[in-house]
Amino acid sequence: MSLYESEAYEYLLDHYENPRNYGTLEDADISYEEGNPACGDVIRIDLRTREGRIADIRFYGKGCVISQAAASILTELVKGKALEEVQQMTKDDVLQALGIPISAMRLKCALLGLKVLKAGLYGIHRWPDEE
Amino acid sequence: MQETRPVGGLDAKALRTDFPIFRREVHGRRLVYLDNAATSQRPQAVIDAVRQFYECSNANIHRAVHTLSHEATVAYEEAHKKVARFVGARSWREIIFVRNATEAMNLVAHAWGLWNLREGDEVVLTIMEHHSNIVPWHFLRKLRGIRLHFVDVDDSGQLRLDQYYDLLERPRVRLAAFTMASNVLGTVNPVQEMVRAARERGIVTLVDAAQGAPHLPIDVQTLGCDFLAASGHKMLGPTGSGFLYAREEILQTMEPFLYGGDMISKVTTEGAEWNELPWKYEAGTPHIAGGIGLGAAVDYLMHLGMDRVYEHERHLLAYALERLQSIPGIRLYGPEEGPRLGVVSFTFEKAHPHDVAHILDEHGVAVRSGHHCAQPLMKRLGMDNTVRASLYIYNDEADVDALVEALQKVVRIFKIR
Repeated sequence: MSLYESEAYEYLLDHYENPRNYGTLEDADISYEEGNPACGDVIRIDLRTREGRIADIRFYGKGCVISQAAASILTELVKGKALEEVQQMTKDDVLQALGIPISAMRLKCALLGLKVLKAGLYGIHRWPDEE
Repeated sequence: MQETRPVGGLDAKALRTDFPIFRREVHGRRLVYLDNAATSQRPQAVIDAVRQFYECSNANIHRAVHTLSHEATVAYEEAHKKVARFVGARSWREIIFVRNATEAMNLVAHAWGLWNLREGDEVVLTIMEHHSNIVPWHFLRKLRGIRLHFVDVDDSGQLRLDQYYDLLERPRVRLAAFTMASNVLGTVNPVQEMVRAARERGIVTLVDAAQGAPHLPIDVQTLGCDFLAASGHKMLGPTGSGFLYAREEILQTMEPFLYGGDMISKVTTEGAEWNELPWKYEAGTPHIAGGIGLGAAVDYLMHLGMDRVYEHERHLLAYALERLQSIPGIRLYGPEEGPRLGVVSFTFEKAHPHDVAHILDEHGVAVRSGHHCAQPLMKRLGMDNTVRASLYIYNDEADVDALVEALQKVVRIFKIR
């Protein structure tokens, strides 16, 4: 059966059409934006930290279902989390949360959000699948 | 090779049997290849020509008296002659083999531009150029301080010729460089008229035929251009093959592009004298097998006849546009009137081009999604990314039907109404 007609894909479509934590944070401690020049997808993440945790987070972006849904899901995953924990997150955490197999061609789409988050928080600019 | 149907075109289904790749499936489906503006597929004849060279005649050219080297040299020169006939050059010495159209245009920028353009000189380009005919001129802007002008398009994607003619009146314009056809919209430009107007004013002309050469008949004598660049891999040839046509008079006066072996006639510790054409511009051991494969590709196309190739694509484009218009929520780009290649760019408001292309891939349909290396044009037309389907000789109505069927799936998945 087509991946695109699966229930798991419906879940991503829901995040794409109704992105969680979408928009901007007025008093953000960190605001970081990056795109994938290969496809033009863009993600910006604003966040506020408090006592070593991510107190609040928003994202803004444009791009394909996978990139935008992954960013939306990522914001839910990390909200309230300790910064050390976030730093330990890997591509597998994102891929697992997406719930569908991501082919090599779409891996960068899925990981753009995590890349932006880590670049903004820790200055890590590598792609999560190349760490 | 199969004979064709009587009316206006080619028997694409029969032609597909000449291309081994169409024996394979993608995700359990027949391969429907609609990414021809990026690169074409290769017929068995081209693959055989490359293999034959490596298996039977492999040696370096021009440098030895032994039999293999002689055979390799003859075959490689013969390939230049085939390309010369293909574009109507007066002599095969006007054909320089390069890796692709990008390299051909860089050759012009370096071997002509570096030595002939001074600060304040101006170059006329168009907004619909591929990055390969923009970025080399950015390089000269940075290095030499030249000025670039971009001819605009109207909203339908046709060049604003009035602007082009106005720009040619500027006294410092030295070069007009423009594409034969847009790789995003398919618009075919009136290049013959554009060249004529430039030459009347003593302006050098470069025609980017990366999209033109695979799909349109070309005769550089009628066209009258100084330079014409093309990629072999978009016209059935091997990857890493391409050519630059240039008028012999201008090639004689230009400096070389790359320096080294085979491009010299004499070297001393003080300097060097250049080899005869075209070797002056083909430094080092070239892609001999690729050049020979390009020759075989040209044979294949000339056997079909470029008039019939264009006719075939024109008919198929009309069919594609008619069928695509029926899809809910689709937005089609490209000129509705005038000559046009078999290129259709489209978008959906609710579905991102990457997702569309991925869903099509699941149905065995290969298309391109993205900015197509033409960001200035995309920006001008307010496009971000598009899906692009591009046709060639081996595509037929069944391929268009497969595209439409897969797009109807996209419509269902994204609940487009």
